[in-house]
Amino acid sequence: MKRLVASFSGALVALSLLAAPVLAQQPLKIGFGMSLTGPLAGNGKAALISMQIWAEDVNAKGGILGRKVELVYYDDQTNPSTVPSIYSKLLDVDKVDLVVSGYGTNVIAPAMPIMMQRSMTFMGLFGLNVNSKFDYDRYFQIMPSGPEPAIGWTQGFFDTAMGLNPKPATVALVGADAEYPALALQGAREQVKRTGLKVVYDKTYPPNTVDFSPIVRAIQATNPDLVYVASYPPDSAGMIRAANEIGLKTRMFGGGMVGPQFAALKAQLGPLLNGLVNYETFAPDVADKFPSLEQFLAKYQARAAKEGVDALGFYLPPFAYAMMEVLEQAIKAVGSLDQAKLADYMHKNEFNTYVGKVRFGKNGEWAQGRMLAVQYKGITGNDLEQWRKPGHVTVLTPAPYKTGNVATPYQDSRK
Amino acid sequence: MEFPTALVLNAIIAGLLLGGFYAAMSVGISISFGMLDVVNIAHPGFIILGSYIAYIVSDRLGIDPIAVSLALSPLFFLLGMAIYRIYYLCFEKRGQESLRGLAFFFGILFITEVALVLVFGVDYRSVRGAYSETTWRLGPMDFPMRLVVPFLVSIAMVVGIELFLARTFFGRAVLAVAQDSLALRLMGVDTLRVKEFAFALSIATAGVAGAFLIVIQPVQPAIGREYIGLVFAVCVLGGMGSIRGTLVGAFVLGLAESFTSTFAGPSWAPAVSFGLLLAALAFKPSGLFGR
Repeated sequence: MKRLVASFSGALVALSLLAAPVLAQQPLKIGFGMSLTGPLAGNGKAALISMQIWAEDVNAKGGILGRKVELVYYDDQTNPSTVPSIYSKLLDVDKVDLVVSGYGTNVIAPAMPIMMQRSMTFMGLFGLNVNSKFDYDRYFQIMPSGPEPAIGWTQGFFDTAMGLNPKPATVALVGADAEYPALALQGAREQVKRTGLKVVYDKTYPPNTVDFSPIVRAIQATNPDLVYVASYPPDSAGMIRAANEIGLKTRMFGGGMVGPQFAALKAQLGPLLNGLVNYETFAPDVADKFPSLEQFLAKYQARAAKEGVDALGFYLPPFAYAMMEVLEQAIKAVGSLDQAKLADYMHKNEFNTYVGKVRFGKNGEWAQGRMLAVQYKGITGNDLEQWRKPGHVTVLTPAPYKTGNVATPYQDSRK
Repeated sequence: MEFPTALVLNAIIAGLLLGGFYAAMSVGISISFGMLDVVNIAHPGFIILGSYIAYIVSDRLGIDPIAVSLALSPLFFLLGMAIYRIYYLCFEKRGQESLRGLAFFFGILFITEVALVLVFGVDYRSVRGAYSETTWRLGPMDFPMRLVVPFLVSIAMVVGIELFLARTFFGRAVLAVAQDSLALRLMGVDTLRVKEFAFALSIATAGVAGAFLIVIQPVQPAIGREYIGLVFAVCVLGGMGSIRGTLVGAFVLGLAESFTSTFAGPSWAPAVSFGLLLAALAFKPSGLFGR
């Protein structure tokens, strides 16, 4: 019997010795949910392509900590209710080593409780002010909206407006009934308090609204100097069309519209975008400020053309790649996957990425924001190529990126 | 609350234009669900399929998307015939149409979405007719052609279906099947053929409504789900199986949405629309024009 036990133990030791190198070869799994179907799938798929390019680049250089990187992802259908179960499966069944978020506030917020429960370091991809409610010290966010995201997100629009002569006095606020627009409007209300503007319209609309002309007419009836809109792509298109059809008269129109940043809506709306003041993260007019971005865009655009998603890739894709670069640099510097050490390192250090230098503040947001407030000008026809060249996107703020002044009123600047 | 004349007039116009579009979306459900008792929950999926076909043909050949949808409606008709035949053989004939039939149409909805994702990708698509960016103005009233053209074609389609059902022999046979299928069978009528024709007609209307949708707003493969509640609400409000009722129900919901958005706030629009539906059903459970 003793001999049997001894041989069994010996066999176990031998097996474990054999298994050790095998375990070391196991891929480093990074898990996430991503919107691959549903209303935000166009953006989600573009982000996924960027993350896949990053994984290929990293694996070509030998991986991280000697392990190849493997992305494990599921379609969250742009539906926040699917998110908790996706992350539970990633952590409990797939046993991923790290997790990052899918695209957007609506799917980042529902993942937060489980991240906090498991003490995971969690990188967010374009979540607006998600951590304001959770105050989680291992949350980091790659969108450059600054240390006070709700304020930073709306800062460009309101700073530009308050620079007008004479100063505007009234503002209309409108947005969809969803997480992101609610947070963007919250930021706009903070700006209203700061600037002393009078709110003459403050309403939300259901996400499946078909015709926006009654909303735009109701706004017009209040005769606002400014119209701030927080909307998702189909509503942005509906709002812009309605404003053009009705001939909206206001000094500035736009603000927080998701959609005009993407190639699909740029091409579809074409000249209807003229005069709109909105946000962007990149414009060909300021390409010299982001010298390494061209290298990424060359890789991304070749892949995007094949996959039939955002052909330009100016907005979200570089940040999706940068999010993974931050994670990669942190792991390499820490030398382990210890979640506490990773979070600590990410709080204390600066990261070099395709979108520039990134440093996080206490709440995990960029220590200094650089969201661009822009105005679209001189767009003719629906040819996408014009968007690749400088001259159609005037950067209004922040000052280091400024390329021109805002043209007002909206009804004249859109012609 | 003030009601300036221009705002009221434009709210009426916007409500009617929207109602016309809703009527096109719902008339097929009025036929399949209201008359044939087939819970075709995949109807919005066929609408989106119609949107994409209008998009691809219009994009490649430069033909107006609504003209494309009218020209290709016979193909949707044939598709409808095939689907009803499968539904009949697998479920209705065996008396399993209630739950399993519902699951069948759910399946078709998902398959349609996935097929569209695989073929066209997930980006938003839209098409523009020559009129898309034109707005007629008459005094204080605006008539955006993006909504007027679908409205006119929709009214023509719905009135045409109403006349067809009321004035032709085959149309009356469809109404008879809706009223008492068994009696018709006892009289030696091939009810399967009649129902197959009527269901195919409902799918043909979905194809045309799809073109309207993609002219009005950008479309992505899963957007159809957002209209499931609306199309059934219009059908029930108007009265099960009543085409005239569908048209009136669509106008009621369109006007309710437009007036609520203009004067109270758009976030109240669904509550007002469905509140109207509940109120109408409380006083007239068979719907506005139901028997």
